[in-house]
Amino acid sequence: MADMTYALDAPVATPAARVARRKALLHWIGVHALGVAAALFFVLPFVFIVLTSLMDNQQTLTRDLVPDHWQWSNYKKVFDTPGFLTWWRNTLLYAGLGTVLTVVSSVPVAYALAKFRFRGRNLSMMLVISMMMLPPQVIIIPMYLFWAKQLDLSGTLWPLIIPMAFGDAFSIFLLRQFLMTIPNEYLDAAKVDGCGELRTLLRVVLPMAKPGIAAVALFQFFYAWNDYFGPQIYASENPGAWTLSYGLESFKGAHHTDWNLTMAATVLVMAPVILVFFFAQKAFVEGVTLTGVKG
Amino acid sequence: MTTYTLRAKRRRAALRTAAFMSPWLIGFGVFFAYPLISTVYFSFTHYDGFADPTFNGFKNWSYVFNDYPLFWPALRNTLWLVVVMVVCRVAFGLGIGLLITKIKTGTGVFRTLFYLPYLAPPVAATLAFVFLLNPGTGPVNSVLSDLGIPAPDWFTDPSWSKPALTMLAVWGVGDLMVIFMAALLDVPKEQYEAAELDGASSWQRFRFVTLPNISPIVMFAVVTGIIQTMQYYTQPLVAGKVASGIIGSSGQPFEPGYPDKSTLTLPQLVYNLGFQRFDYGSACVVALVLFALSMAFTALLMRRRGGLIQAGD
Repeated sequence: MADMTYALDAPVATPAARVARRKALLHWIGVHALGVAAALFFVLPFVFIVLTSLMDNQQTLTRDLVPDHWQWSNYKKVFDTPGFLTWWRNTLLYAGLGTVLTVVSSVPVAYALAKFRFRGRNLSMMLVISMMMLPPQVIIIPMYLFWAKQLDLSGTLWPLIIPMAFGDAFSIFLLRQFLMTIPNEYLDAAKVDGCGELRTLLRVVLPMAKPGIAAVALFQFFYAWNDYFGPQIYASENPGAWTLSYGLESFKGAHHTDWNLTMAATVLVMAPVILVFFFAQKAFVEGVTLTGVKG
Repeated sequence: MTTYTLRAKRRRAALRTAAFMSPWLIGFGVFFAYPLISTVYFSFTHYDGFADPTFNGFKNWSYVFNDYPLFWPALRNTLWLVVVMVVCRVAFGLGIGLLITKIKTGTGVFRTLFYLPYLAPPVAATLAFVFLLNPGTGPVNSVLSDLGIPAPDWFTDPSWSKPALTMLAVWGVGDLMVIFMAALLDVPKEQYEAAELDGASSWQRFRFVTLPNISPIVMFAVVTGIIQTMQYYTQPLVAGKVASGIIGSSGQPFEPGYPDKSTLTLPQLVYNLGFQRFDYGSACVVALVLFALSMAFTALLMRRRGGLIQAGD
């Protein structure tokens, strides 16, 4: 609190100031002790996972917490597991291509919902929110029949990637929230300069919307990276189409008691997400905030 | 002449809107409206995916509600999770949000550490927790028994599997922390100062200044939490499979909900009925129950007055 720094900096220690100073110090210690306790709760699971991933498989079945000898070769073994690299490639395809398609198809829709005036706009927005809240399982039976029986695409990830070319409700919602914050004056100025709507969007709005687009791209990338249900429905029959999130579980099955290898694979699935987060932290936190704050 | 150009202009504007909206308009039709209508239709038919669907009235509905042994346990679990998991997540998220606004040294580091678990991919996080909480040699129970605290069997005990899932959910509370943090920083400083002048204790300041200011965000967190709980799928499914030791590859039959149906949720029933029992009609009944529940709470979010998400402007 502001009064605390004031108290700590007080040069002359009158008795009252000394009391205030001690109180502030105690407060500081209390708050930070709680902070450290909470940090331990959040971090320790990661620590245990990494430590276990470096044990030999005998030791994982003991109650030891720290490896006797650090077996870095576990990670190499995971990479050598048949299929693991294929799952990586599939995940990157699903997450990468899916993200690009989502952004390209969602931006114009979000722009129209944020800045055009037309009849049915509020209704459209309500439908977007409904689609956003729809559990994917609600429509999975007809969707599966559509992709598998009519288009013969089961055993691939295309049933998951293609729909992303038709706008993603959550991305549209988030981008629309972001575009609402861009003042109309910029758009009007562009129109005075003779830009049509498309040029206004590409030349004026897009550069200003970069943080919003970055947040949407990140969310979508993580969504695809984490998706389990989608690959379970469409790709389970063909291990060549599995993603990391789906394959990871079968990894546990193939290595029964080798918790060390399973935990190493777990680390390898978590690591990219966390790395991406460190590089894009600001955009990400901004995005989360945007979802919670009213329009 | 003028009316003619005006009309042309309007038509151009409408076309332009349609063009910008077109990806979503197609998406809405093909990936929302059509499958939703089909789901309603299938729910009144007998359909196994091979023979053509045949109309059978309310037979699937009566089967799901009266004879399908997994429906009521799944609904009860969902209710349990709504009451316990959502409340724990919101309370913990608010607590962590408050804490982070009070931390003055190393705020950035603390915030990152608190946030990180939210990012852990669900399958990976669930696998990790099943290992951390495994009854025999898991690190958590090792520590608990060293401290002399009786250690529960977590994911293998029907009465502890949902608390274990709740711990997993609370671990990933970073999303709520960020939302609450933003809301807490938005509370006008003057109100705190005024309360302090009036001699309000820190609890009173929280109760009469903080809470009223952030209550819309708390409501938002509760309602979206309920909607997420309806969709809760990956974590309970993976936890059940891994803890039971049965990892189903595609063809292998797997009765979900281990241990003893305690981790069943409604979305798992759609999978069980549709993709394991090939009873598409009954799967669609469960899907519609899920739909009705989610939409009821979504409507609460969008309520015109006091709505939490503004659909209009």
